[in-house]
Amino acid sequence: MIYLELFWSYFQIGLFSIGGGYAAMPLIQHQVVEIHSWLTMTQFADIVTIAEMTPGPIAINSATFVGTLVAGVPGAIIATIGCIFPSCVIVMTLAYIYYRFRGLSVMQGILAGLRPAVVAMIASAGITLFINAVYGASALPSDLTTINPISLVIFIGALIVLRRWKVNPIKAMIGAGAAGLILFSIF
Amino acid sequence: MEESKKSTYAKLFFSVFKLSACTFGGGYVIVPLMRKRFVEELGWIEEQEMLDMIAIAQSSPGPIAVNASILIGYHVAGIPGALLTVLGTVTPPLITISIISLFYQAFRDNAIVNLVMAGMLCGVAAVIFDVVIDMVKQIIDRKRILHVLVLIGAFVAVRFFSINIIIIILVCGVIGALDSLYKLKAVEK
Repeated sequence: MIYLELFWSYFQIGLFSIGGGYAAMPLIQHQVVEIHSWLTMTQFADIVTIAEMTPGPIAINSATFVGTLVAGVPGAIIATIGCIFPSCVIVMTLAYIYYRFRGLSVMQGILAGLRPAVVAMIASAGITLFINAVYGASALPSDLTTINPISLVIFIGALIVLRRWKVNPIKAMIGAGAAGLILFSIF
Repeated sequence: MEESKKSTYAKLFFSVFKLSACTFGGGYVIVPLMRKRFVEELGWIEEQEMLDMIAIAQSSPGPIAVNASILIGYHVAGIPGALLTVLGTVTPPLITISIISLFYQAFRDNAIVNLVMAGMLCGVAAVIFDVVIDMVKQIIDRKRILHVLVLIGAFVAVRFFSINIIIIILVCGVIGALDSLYKLKAVEK
């Protein structure tokens, strides 16, 4: 029963991917390439690229892609439901606990300790994205002068617009995309 | 009453739908987008509360964007709200990928798509830097040395030592708990 297999595979992916998309990648590969052979390794590499180019979490994107491929639109929907099912149960439970107990002074303390850590993680993710945007690589290259000047200009321009005029981040991202299309084609 | 409830549900659904349709470049992009929409525009959550939500979303299984939207939905309208926001979050990628999967090779190799994406990636990085600058400022303004140390320590741990996020969250939670117990003791004396 293909629908059940899709559901179960993506249920496991949803349940065991903690800490964002890059943690999910090897799990997805294991399930859809190695266990089930739903995708070849090349197709898997393609879906990673596509997932990076389209909005939405990579786990959901791959669920739709694999589901459509093996069992059409119902397959896509079932794989997606499997993927988010564990999140729904676990996060709703944690939400209940959070709103029930956040008034406690110890809970206040724990949360106050977590907030700077969360900011640190967002900062680190931002730096990874920045390196990716201006060097086209996931880590800093040994030669720092290989930086793409146009990318850097778009980044700085977007940051100035955001800081100075407090524009909506969605507009800033679309504007940067338009700037990319124009500047990269000219230079 | 019924009307206002309906309009809250509609606002909730379309807000997360729009955010999800715009989360390029990984789950953390949801942070600046959520902040703009739910903290600044709608005033449904506070900034501190949003950071708590991100901490929970981050340490739970599943995509951060999905988890964060479940928390927002739950906060605004309970379990029905959470189910509604999950639906709003998964629908855009479901539609986009279903369409793109029909011609994904052409999409992947399209020169225009690639140039727009390269530009957008720079924009996404800028959006995250923008929100980080604001948040770091707030932490420094509160002048709690401990929180500044946690910020620096967590940054070094995740950036230079690639320490697992769950471990960092646990350690920082324990530090926060001990800090509040210590303060309680000090008050009792």
